[in-house]
Formats: sequence, C-alpha cells, structure tokens
Amino acid sequence: MAIKTRLNPRNLIYRLLVAGNGFDLEGREEIWDCTTCGTCTSRCPKQVDPMAMMIALRSAIVEKGRVHPNVKAALENTFKYSNPLGMPREERGQWTQSLQVKTFAEGMDYLYFVGCTPSYDTRVQKVAHALVKLLQSAGVDFGILGADEACCGSEIRRLGEAGLFEMMVEENLELYNGRGVQKMFTTSPHCFNTFRNDYAVTGNGAKSGTQIQHYTQVLAEQLSTGKLGFSKEVSQVVTYHDPCYLGKHNGIFDEPRSVLKSIPGLTLVEMDRSREKSLCCEGGGGRMWLEGTNPGVRLAQMRVREAVETGAQILATACPFCLLTLDEAVKHLNAQDKIQVKDIAEIALEAL
Amino acid sequence: MGNTPRVGVYICHCGINIAATVDVAAVAAYASNLPGVVISRDYTYMCSDPGQAMIKDDIARLNLNRVVVASCSPLMHEPTFRACIASAGLNPYCFEMANIREQCSWVHPQSERVTHKAMQLVASAVAKVVRLEELQLRHVPVTPAALVIGGGIAGIQAALDFGDAGFDTTLVERAAQLGGHLVQWQRTFPTLQPVAEMLQPLLERTMQHPHISVFTEAELVNMQGYIGNFLADIKQGEQVTQVPAGVIVVATGFEAFDAHLKPEFGYGVYPQVITTLDFERLAAGELTVNGHKPQKVAFIQCVGSRDPSCGHSYCSRVCCMVTAKQAYTVREQLPDAEITVFYMDVRAFGKGFEEFYDRVREEGVLYRRGNPSEINRRGERVVVRAEDTLLGEPIELEADLVILAVGMTPRASAPAISSLLKLARSPDGFFMEAHPKLRPVDTAIAGVFLAGTCQGPKDVTETIAQARAAAAAGMIPLLRGQVQVDAATARIDEELCSGCGQCARACSFEALSLHPVTGVMRVNSVLCQGCGACAAACPSGAIDLRQYRFAQILAQVDELVASEIRLPAPSLQPVS
Repeated sequence: MAIKTRLNPRNLIYRLLVAGNGFDLEGREEIWDCTTCGTCTSRCPKQVDPMAMMIALRSAIVEKGRVHPNVKAALENTFKYSNPLGMPREERGQWTQSLQVKTFAEGMDYLYFVGCTPSYDTRVQKVAHALVKLLQSAGVDFGILGADEACCGSEIRRLGEAGLFEMMVEENLELYNGRGVQKMFTTSPHCFNTFRNDYAVTGNGAKSGTQIQHYTQVLAEQLSTGKLGFSKEVSQVVTYHDPCYLGKHNGIFDEPRSVLKSIPGLTLVEMDRSREKSLCCEGGGGRMWLEGTNPGVRLAQMRVREAVETGAQILATACPFCLLTLDEAVKHLNAQDKIQVKDIAEIALEAL
Repeated sequence: MGNTPRVGVYICHCGINIAATVDVAAVAAYASNLPGVVISRDYTYMCSDPGQAMIKDDIARLNLNRVVVASCSPLMHEPTFRACIASAGLNPYCFEMANIREQCSWVHPQSERVTHKAMQLVASAVAKVVRLEELQLRHVPVTPAALVIGGGIAGIQAALDFGDAGFDTTLVERAAQLGGHLVQWQRTFPTLQPVAEMLQPLLERTMQHPHISVFTEAELVNMQGYIGNFLADIKQGEQVTQVPAGVIVVATGFEAFDAHLKPEFGYGVYPQVITTLDFERLAAGELTVNGHKPQKVAFIQCVGSRDPSCGHSYCSRVCCMVTAKQAYTVREQLPDAEITVFYMDVRAFGKGFEEFYDRVREEGVLYRRGNPSEINRRGERVVVRAEDTLLGEPIELEADLVILAVGMTPRASAPAISSLLKLARSPDGFFMEAHPKLRPVDTAIAGVFLAGTCQGPKDVTETIAQARAAAAAGMIPLLRGQVQVDAATARIDEELCSGCGQCARACSFEALSLHPVTGVMRVNSVLCQGCGACAAACPSGAIDLRQYRFAQILAQVDELVASEIRLPAPSLQPVS
C-alpha cells in the first residue's frame, strides 16, 4: 500500500502518542485507504498491531458521522437488508436455482455460510455452485440458511462500525445456537476470519464450541480421506494468489495448494510474492466500496502482471473479493487472452 | 549451652525504616516479658559494629544461649548475625530473625496495629528460637579438578585458566575441533584483527597443556554429585568416560537465528540474500554474487533480535558491530559499491565501537533508519522495501547482495544441559545466573558456573571476561580444598519410615535413597539443599527439616494465631 498512498501507520501511531486525545482526524482521507491486509501487523517485530489502530481510527470517524457516502450506504444497507450490497434479503437463497441444496437443520454435519457476495453477485455465485457440486459429490452432509442467513459483519467491523457489528454478532450467534450449529464453513476468507477471530472475542464465548473452516480446508479434508476424487485432467498452468484473510491473517497457505496439486494434469507455479508475502488485491477492509485516494494505481493490476510473468494460464484464488478485483484488473489490462481468474472451487469442479 | 533457654531479643530501628512506623521501644518492652527472654533491647542499627558488640556483650554478661534479632529479611543479614553469635561462642543455628521491615514497617502505613504485628512476629520468633537445636556446620573435601563443557572461546579460556593454575581440567566439545563459532569469522570488531591470529595460539596452548584433557566429538550424558565431588559421564563415540570434578563451567554457547523464520526476507529463496555468517565465508575469497561483483549491497539489522514476534525480545548485542565490520569489508573490497545499512537503533556501546561506527560511515556507508518489511525479486536483483523512518517515506532499494544480521539464540541443546545440571533458564531461554548483578557467573547450583553466550548474547571481549571470572570463582573451592555444607537438611525418623520412596520422587537433588539393609530411606546431607519437599511428601510424617522441624514451625504458628495481643478487627474500609 505504501507505494500508492500517503498512509503511514507508524507516523499515525507516533502522532497519536504525542497528541493523545487532541489528535485531529480531519482531512486524513488516507485512513480509508487501508485494506486491513494485515501485513503491517505481521511484520511489526514489536507486535504493535497497527491494523487494529487503523480500525479504531475509523471507529472514531464513524462515531462523528463523517464518512464517505459509499461507506454510509454499505452500513445502512447492512442494517436494513443484512447485506452491504442493498439486495433484498428474501432473494438471498435464490442463487441455488436448480441445485438441490438443503436448508440447515439440527443434526447436519455442517452449516455452509455462503456470504453476501457469493449469494448476490452473479460472478461469485458460480463459485458457490461449484462448491455445492463438489461437496455433494463427496457426500458431505451440509445445509444453508437461505433467506435467514445474514451478513457476518466482517467488513462492517473493518469500516469502524463497532456498534452495528456487535449487534450483528449477537443476532447471528442467537441464530446459529438456536439451529444447533456445531461445524460451519464459509466461501469467503473474510467471513471465516471474522467468525474465527472476532466472534470469539465479541460473542462472550457463546460460540466457543463451534468449529469454523474455510471451504478449502473442507475440500482438502475430503480429498485426503478419499471421499472427494478427481477424474478429469485440467492441463493448465496455474498460479495461486493467497487471499490476505486466509494466508496472512490465519496462516492457511497449504490447504488451497493441496487442493490444486491433487488435480490431475495441473501444474502449479508460484509467484515471487506468495504465502506470507502475497500482495493484497485491495478488496478488503471495506475497500470493495471505496476507491481510495489514488485510484490510478491498482494493486490488483500489479498482481495480474506478476501472475502473467509466471507463464500461468489461470490465476487461482479462494476469495470472492480477490476474484472480483483480479477479474476486473484482467479486463482493464486487456489480458483476457493471457490469463483467466478462477476460484479454486471452479477449477476443482472442472476436474470432477 | 545450657538446656534452659536464655534468649536475647534485639529490635532494630533500621534508621527510620522501621522506627518511623513501628513503636520499637514498645516492642522491646513487650518482648522482655516473653517466656525465656532474659534481655530485650532496641537500637538504631543492629547490623552495625556497635549493634553487634551489644549482642556479644550480652551473651558474655548474661550467659545468653539464644538470640532473636527483629530487623530486615534473613536474606539480608542472617549470615551477619549468625557469624556474630558464633564469634561470641554460640552455635550459629541458635538464632532466629523476625522480619519487621519488609513484612511489616515497609508494607503498612503507620498505626498502632503495625506495632502489634511487629510484636506478634517477635513473639513467634522467640517461640521458635527456644526450640532450636545446635547444628554442626560440616565440610566436605573437594576434588581438585575442573570440568568445562563447551570448547568455544569461553570454554577454552576457562580451561586455560584452570590449567594454568595447576588444576586438572577436562574440556568437552561436541564438534570435531575446538574454537566454536569464532573459527567461522575472519576478523574481529572493532580492531579488525584476524581471528586466526588470536585464536590459533590459544588452541595450540589448550591442546598441548599438561593439565587439560580435551574430548572432542564428545558430550555430557550423565551427571551426579555436588560441589566438590561431581562425577560426569562423557560420551565419545561408543566410549563413556567418568570424569571427577570439583567444579563445572558451562560454556555451551549459542546458535545463530535461523533466517528462514523471517520468510518476508526470502532467505533460502533468493541467492542474493545471505546471513552475516554466510558473508564471512563469502568474503574470505573474492566477494561475488552469481559470478559478478555486487554493486549495491544492503545490510539488515536485528534479524531475529528485538523481535518478540519470533520469540526473541532481547538485543543480540553483537550484530550492530558485525554489520559495521562487514560493511567496512565490502568497502575495502569494492570501493565503488553502494552500501546501505537498514537499522532500528545502532548500539555501539563497547570500547572503540562508536569510533569504529563513525569510521564506517565516513567510508561512505549509508545508514538508513527503518527495518525493511520485505524483499522481492526484480530481474537479476532483489528489491528491499522499507520505510525510511527519518524521512517518513517508503523506499525501495535494489540490491545485488543483502546481508541479514542474524542474532544469537539459545542452543537447541539448552534444555538437555539444563536438565542434566539442574540449571535454571531465564525467559529468553539462556541459562540463568544466580543474581543479575552480584553473581553474574554463578548458578543456583553450587559449584556450577556460566561462561559466554550460553548465559546471553556477548561479544568476544565480554565472553573472555566472563570465562575468566567463572574460572576464578571456580578456583575458590578448588583452592580451599573443602566446602562448607549447610546443616539445615532433612532428617528421617527411622522408626516411622516405611521405605515407600515417595520422598525420593519429590527430591530434585537425588539426595534420598533406600538403605539396602535397613529398608528405610536415608538422606545424603551433602546433596540435600534443605528445600523440604520430602518432608511435605512423606505420608508417615517420618521426615522433617533441621532448623524447620514441625514442632518449631508449629510453635511459631501457635504464637501468631493465639497471641495474647488481641488486634482490633480489620477494618473493611481502606486505611487512609
């Protein structure tokens, strides 16, 4: 980020130390540039956690009500429709279309938490479709909440609306506990992260017994037990982009790769910046709805160039936000003939 | 000493430390009426010469046979007063301290109740002192030999000092050769003296020394005994040799931080990224990377040091100067190279260090404040990304060669050595000294001393200094030929002992064993450290600890809980 914004977390922390409560947030638009990728926090040798400070500063701004209209809309939509996109809640389960997806009932092995973007965005719906087909082929016993599912609140918390987030946590926990959820997995690393790391803190430990997984972990498990198997070759060169909220935030680097590696014919190549060094796509921290102070330079475009350099035909990822930002970057760069952006679930489905 | 207790009680003012809070005269008056007390006094400083003279005079004049001093912690002055009464002819164990400073005057605001508490503590000490027995200090002979574990520069120096003093010394080294890490270095800082020039004579002298036996490719596998009489099993190949020693110096050294643990720097991924240790090998010949002379060279400080995120919060102390020296080496070999050092703080604390650091900068080495966040590939080069925190700007620096200044970490074998020798380790994982200031080369185990980086990061100068200090401290028991052993050890009532062995399992010092003939346990009172764990573990109540016998402790407790002094009920309001 530092190459495209004047955002300087260290400088902000120092100013906060010096000025204390007198610190003036007015005009510091760069605070909204942060994608909460977590690199600063993971690199800081002194464990300062600058990312947490960025979120706290946003909270202070949100409390004063001085926020960008897009942020305001995302927050209001979430409050009204339980999704930041402003889509009708009753349509949340319509993505399943002809698929026979069960509604979650007590006693099922897994709740599949679909998430807002995979529920409503036509591009990302394909990922949810692919995932459902894969899991059904493996005989995994799972269900969804359909129209009862509500936003996890990950982006709401990162936009600084701590109050709304707490309310959402409370309502969601009540719903999951009421339905008897023991294990759940998500499409998005963002939802996964917030359930895994934020709910435990905010939710008074009510969900402490629930096992949270990202879908790549479930697929890797199904592959290792032999319940899921691939029969078709995908003879493509693939490079994998680690989503920040899967990799840097939660240390999940190997499961997505193990899914790709078990696909016959597939060649996995690595970009220079991979795993802990993965470059953020700029889709996190509420940045799906904010352009930032320097929209001329886009990290997703840099990332696509890096992927093309590896000679890969497919840029794989495992995050709805990464999928959308990278896809858009490919279009901006007119690189559609060189590289395609796909979710791991979509590639895996091709091999089924 | 007669059988009837004749107790002298002395209440210390400790200047105003006690007297400002406690009514010392009232405590002395109260103590004079306690059973067995013949004389009770208060005085400004009991530990002073006049204070001690007062006690000695009273012992002679009033035929006292027991003494209580109510003052500070026994850790502070118990040895002082024991020596005092011993010089007046009493058994030093017929003495008890009441701590009315740390446990009374210092921790309570002034009130009548503080004086009452002091009275209770004194009454309790008197109740114990009248029940104390005379104990005899014992001495055991010392094997006039030393064992040094680790053949780096610390171990070599300690062995040479023991050997030069005429004591047979065994030096155990795990590697095939002596010299440790130092053999990997070309030159030392800040003098730039070649290491070989310094180390070679020491190595030769060690190998040829008539009093030093060197075991290489060997390690300590078992240890028994105690100060003056250790027995170490040294394994060399298949052969195990038992070596007797009076004292032990542990000099097992450090391990360099594994730079793979900072994946953002790409060590092991990019051939251009090396460590300071790799650099020494590289710079021994002609300095090239991929067959080319590097034009842009970057150093990164504090890799694995001052970094709680990888478990090493401490400063490794040597890396700043190692980097300065290596930057100087690059400048010597490549006069036109661009050399940049990324740092958090430069710590040039030793003699001649700051001057050397200035000299390196004058040679055109650019120091930029801010530790890099990441290294990436860029064509034939790598690019170092950092914030220059003085400019407050992000920077990218292309480099042909990046040198990571890796810190010092405790050896992987530290836990094994620690359990063999019962050595404590500090939170950083290095071996812990007995006191950070007053006993920096001693350990909590009598007769075991520390030298060099096994105790914490050090440069060569400091390592040599500590090695010589450890040898000098170790020579004290060797020269005296005997060591004094504390008499406050466990004792077993053979009538009650069933020989179940629970005490032996509770003992950390292997001081208890089953007597093969009598079938009851016995105590090796030299190994016994008087901790009391066995007494607590014994299901039959057959063990108690001299100087802390059940009857003595219970009398103390009785006095505290059933004292005639009735304190006002504690107020629930905070005392203002």
